[in-house]
Amino acid sequence: MLLYIAKRVLYTLPVALGVSIVCFMLVHIAPGDPLTSVLPPDASAQLQAEMRRLYGFDRPLPVQYGLWLLKTLQGDLGTSIATGRAVAVELWSAMGNTLMLAVLATAIGFVLGCLFGFVAGYFRDSWIDKLASFVSIIGVSVPHYWLGMVLVIIFSVQLNWLPATGAGPGGSADWVWDWAHIRHLILPAVTMSVIPMGIVARTVRALVADILSQEFIVGQRAKGLLDLGVLRHVIKNAAPTALAVMGLQLGYLLGGSILIETVFSWPGTGFLLGQAIFQRDLPLLQGTILVLAMFFVALNLIVDVVQTLLDPRVQRS
Amino acid sequence: MSATAATFERLATVERSPGYWSGVIRRLRRDPVAMVALAIIIGLVLMALFSPWIAPADPYRSSMLRRLRPIGTPGFPLGTDELGRDMLSRLIYGARLSLLMGVTPVFIAFFVGSFLGITAGYVGGKVNTVVMRTVDVFFAFPSVLLAIALSGALGAGIFNGLLSLSIVFIPPIARIAESVTTAVRKIDYVEAARASGASSMTIIRVHVLGNVLGPIFVYATGLISVSLILASGLSFLGLGVKPPEPEWGLMLNTLRNAIYVQPWVAALPGLMIFITSISFNLLSDGLRSAMDIKA
Repeated sequence: MLLYIAKRVLYTLPVALGVSIVCFMLVHIAPGDPLTSVLPPDASAQLQAEMRRLYGFDRPLPVQYGLWLLKTLQGDLGTSIATGRAVAVELWSAMGNTLMLAVLATAIGFVLGCLFGFVAGYFRDSWIDKLASFVSIIGVSVPHYWLGMVLVIIFSVQLNWLPATGAGPGGSADWVWDWAHIRHLILPAVTMSVIPMGIVARTVRALVADILSQEFIVGQRAKGLLDLGVLRHVIKNAAPTALAVMGLQLGYLLGGSILIETVFSWPGTGFLLGQAIFQRDLPLLQGTILVLAMFFVALNLIVDVVQTLLDPRVQRS
Repeated sequence: MSATAATFERLATVERSPGYWSGVIRRLRRDPVAMVALAIIIGLVLMALFSPWIAPADPYRSSMLRRLRPIGTPGFPLGTDELGRDMLSRLIYGARLSLLMGVTPVFIAFFVGSFLGITAGYVGGKVNTVVMRTVDVFFAFPSVLLAIALSGALGAGIFNGLLSLSIVFIPPIARIAESVTTAVRKIDYVEAARASGASSMTIIRVHVLGNVLGPIFVYATGLISVSLILASGLSFLGLGVKPPEPEWGLMLNTLRNAIYVQPWVAALPGLMIFITSISFNLLSDGLRSAMDIKA
């Protein structure tokens, strides 16, 4: 067990290093000199050369990467070109907002997905299964940015029940868990929950159907075990995989929040990323992507380790 | 290469493949949901191919006098957009770029990913390590984030969008291809073919491709719906397709400010993305069960 976990941690290191190389290269695959976004268009050749030396762009790429990595490991993600503030500072507050949204969305999606998936798998091939499966396929097929727009149209424009955008009167800095703020969270969270809902439902359906058809369940039913007892077995067998899927979905939502945050102007990392792209703020883009990707790598590791602890069958395969 | 082995191989494939594929098509035909999805997809493709003949108006002609008309306006059955352009015509023309941007990346990734995965799986050793560890790195990004990172750095444009999305879909396809190829390589009849002197190319062509392409293909069809949503999502963010081209994601973006004036007109392009993506998903599901491949 410990050996497996140690191996898994060790395996993550080269992947993390690779991810950092990809993020580093983002600035260099961008068309034109990375300096052009920093300097005014009429900058003199002397100023250009000076800035190039200052930013270290005159050194060979591997050296630039090494220096960049060293700085990054110390928590220095560079300075945003647009605001002049440290990227790490900008990211810190945005990260909290995205985390709040993504965790809530994953929770809603997980509960609904388990419900739909369980019902569908339990009554396999009945009309209930078809209906639940259809709901889950809608969940994975709907463009969620459009769903967000439709929900805004219904609940904000037509019914005027919930706000369309923003994070409430206190903004993101003074967030309080009261109705004035929570009502801003409802629409984005519900919209975001649709993706994990569909995927969790599909996974749970397959798991439940598979477990119910296994011999030990059929045998126990034959022995007269009540449905409640069978349920316990199903949950015990399906939980590790379902939880793993949930963990990964949280990672996908954190990384993919840009579309929904753009629709709702939710002040999270995705919104920040959108601004970075719009203003061609490459340091902000690079820093945000790096942090989000590393978050995903770490989450993958945690999910794997937790799954190994919960389900000893995983280790053997 | 020995003549008998080659003959046996040819005989084996000739006898097996048509039976298998006609079975798949027969099972698929009996699946009403998959057939409806297929009909919708064919309809969308025809709409894209023949848009100049189907569309009632010029999708680029704007008029400041008839901006944001509601659905059902005489002459504009689906209303007009924020620049007074005919929505119906723009939705019809939109199928061109939206389908192109959604399907092409999966198509490219299918070839590149299969090539990388099959090579890595078949050759093994150092080649496998180098290819698969590189794939792992790209796999370590959530797909939306990677697509946005790449096209955000490269900048807007159709080509950059296609490039970013292709890179996003190569790793998952390469992974499937590698694992299936590694499994097939160890099967006895492949060993037997090698022992009887079949060249690597013959083994790859006959045994590996014959067994591997089916599962990869089904997996790739399942990615089309994700790719469509992502491609339109890029345009929705201002990456990907640039104005004034009619593309559903971009239309959704430019109409976003109009939700207080003409909410349902503004929502129409998204409905098109939704219909297209769910049709590809349902067809892919049907294909999966018809080919009896477990996810």
